[in-house]
Amino acid sequence: MNLRTYIQSRLGSRKILLMTHVIVGYPSLDVNWRMLEQMERADVDLVELQMPFSEPIADGPVFARANQEALKQGLSVDEYFDFMGRATERFGFPHLMMGYYNTVFRLTHRTFCERLSRCGAAGFIIPDLPIEEYHDLSRLSDEHGLNPIALFTPTNSDARLAEIGRRGQGFVYGVARRGVTGKRTDLKAGIDALAARYRAASDVPLALGFGIAGGNDVRQLHGSCEIAIVGSALLERWESGGEEAYTELLDELQNARC
Amino acid sequence: MLDSLLKNVEERTGYFGAYGGAFTPEILRTTLDELIAAFEEARKDPSFWEAFRAVMQSYSGRPTPITHLENLSEALGGPQIYMKREDLNHTGSHKINNVMGQGLLVARMGKKRVIAETGAGQHGVATATMAARLGLDCTIYMGAVDVERQRPNVFWMERLGAKVVSVEDGSATLKDAINQCLRDWAFSMDDTHYVLGTACGPHPFPQIVAWFQQIIGQECREQMMAATGRLPDRVYCCVGGGSNATGTFLGFVDDAEVELVGIEAGGAGLDSGRHAARLAGADGSPGVAQGYKTYFLQDEEGQMRHTHSVAAGLDYIGVSPILACLRESGRARFEAATDEEVLAAFQTLLRREGIIAALESAHAVAGAIREAPGMGPDTNVLVTLSGRGDKDIFTIAQALNDPGWQRFLERKAGR
Repeated sequence: MNLRTYIQSRLGSRKILLMTHVIVGYPSLDVNWRMLEQMERADVDLVELQMPFSEPIADGPVFARANQEALKQGLSVDEYFDFMGRATERFGFPHLMMGYYNTVFRLTHRTFCERLSRCGAAGFIIPDLPIEEYHDLSRLSDEHGLNPIALFTPTNSDARLAEIGRRGQGFVYGVARRGVTGKRTDLKAGIDALAARYRAASDVPLALGFGIAGGNDVRQLHGSCEIAIVGSALLERWESGGEEAYTELLDELQNARC
Repeated sequence: MLDSLLKNVEERTGYFGAYGGAFTPEILRTTLDELIAAFEEARKDPSFWEAFRAVMQSYSGRPTPITHLENLSEALGGPQIYMKREDLNHTGSHKINNVMGQGLLVARMGKKRVIAETGAGQHGVATATMAARLGLDCTIYMGAVDVERQRPNVFWMERLGAKVVSVEDGSATLKDAINQCLRDWAFSMDDTHYVLGTACGPHPFPQIVAWFQQIIGQECREQMMAATGRLPDRVYCCVGGGSNATGTFLGFVDDAEVELVGIEAGGAGLDSGRHAARLAGADGSPGVAQGYKTYFLQDEEGQMRHTHSVAAGLDYIGVSPILACLRESGRARFEAATDEEVLAAFQTLLRREGIIAALESAHAVAGAIREAPGMGPDTNVLVTLSGRGDKDIFTIAQALNDPGWQRFLERKAGR
């Protein structure tokens, strides 16, 4: 899928796009499905489906626990791909695999790309895989029409950002602050300058994530980037208030988009 | 000596053969690069190693001696057994070597805070000691299970001024404490250094830890030459993450005639599924986690398994990429000792030589005891005793099921 074209066409009708996140297998595959139905109803633009891992070093407490619980319930790689396949068939938004490198390494790069492409995914985000370690993963993802999403972080030098940016396709995942997922980000503190640095390093659309929790945050990002990423906040909302509260937050995010 | 291993790097940064690398979130990249630069600069400065040796001499009593275990040698009827006494270090184990070395690096980098993971608590105590001496803020992450079973070490870490954070994630042991350190560091890197305790994790940690720990091997080499006039025929070390084994082996790695043997935690037995043997046996397989590529105890899909050992310090999913490389090249051999063998070896060493081994270190003793009868009387064996066991009294007394100790605990608890 040409993600870049898709993103540009969606931007015709809204100021910013919304990418949301599901940890497959937590709290259950059934609940995951209902989350996706709500995302569809809220006309979410892109969705990350996270493959759980036992050592999720880039994730904060909410997601770390969710990874662990999903594995405790026995979620397997087969079930993950099966869920991805059903989701891409049923829902119109592009789906991205998010997960840690060991899953890819154990499958082999080739099998990973074959299976991911066969179940209709648009690309992948692997937070613990530096560009030096891609090797044939770049070529294989090209061959299978998958977009490898590059990650930019605030501590990267401009030279490093440019180097990473050259490898990324579809859009760039810009990390809005230091640390791991799930902690609130103060968007007033220099987010525009950071977004400008990120933008200078790549010509694909820019997404910002980590600590984006509500409608006000999304509005603050208007003009700074093309995509707002909301992950932990939605899961926390489901945990504290169930489907109704989850739907409310999705509506709030949806309204903040235009 | 470390450099001869690094020649296997295939022009890829931080690799030892096919193992190592730096698989971390990009946020840590700059910090790791800064650490690489600081370490390279220090390594090239001849006064740095001398400063390190001087600190280890005045603060930790180095060089630690080798002891000829005459009674044990006679009882086993095979080789002459010599023991490298890392148990005689300040804080009771070889962990202090790496910690004081990284402390010197922290001073060069000008950071104000250190964090560290700990399993058994020895690395945590050593780090808290270094932080107290250098006036640094210190946070120690420790799995909740380990906090339970190593209370005395928690007590000392807190008394030394460290903040001890109990980690409830995952299996609540050493690997989870490492994850938590990486997460802390992803936020705090500007003023914080992560004192990783073993020769694992992302580049440059395996290299840094091995470089400081090679002080063990260098001393062993000189001391064995002085005591016996030649190099040992065989060397035994216990292997958790692998820092004492790497440090000892580096003294002999270029001497092909010296056989290097690492002893991993066999737990309830290699066929029981309840052990922590990554290189011995067939349960370990290549993977990438916690920032590096090595042999892990994991399932087919790459999810890490629960490990087991009577020794908390060996209860870990991964192993140093340097040791994975030495195994692959055939330079070192890896075996496992069961909990049962280890407790027997612990008592044999205690009764015959009056040396109280840490349960981790007793794995190396168990390996030597098992294999010694097959070796000739004209051969010499060196065993590294990585740490002492007297401060692990709660764990050991429980493992030995000591009735007097049990009554003592009940009386204390009843008060």
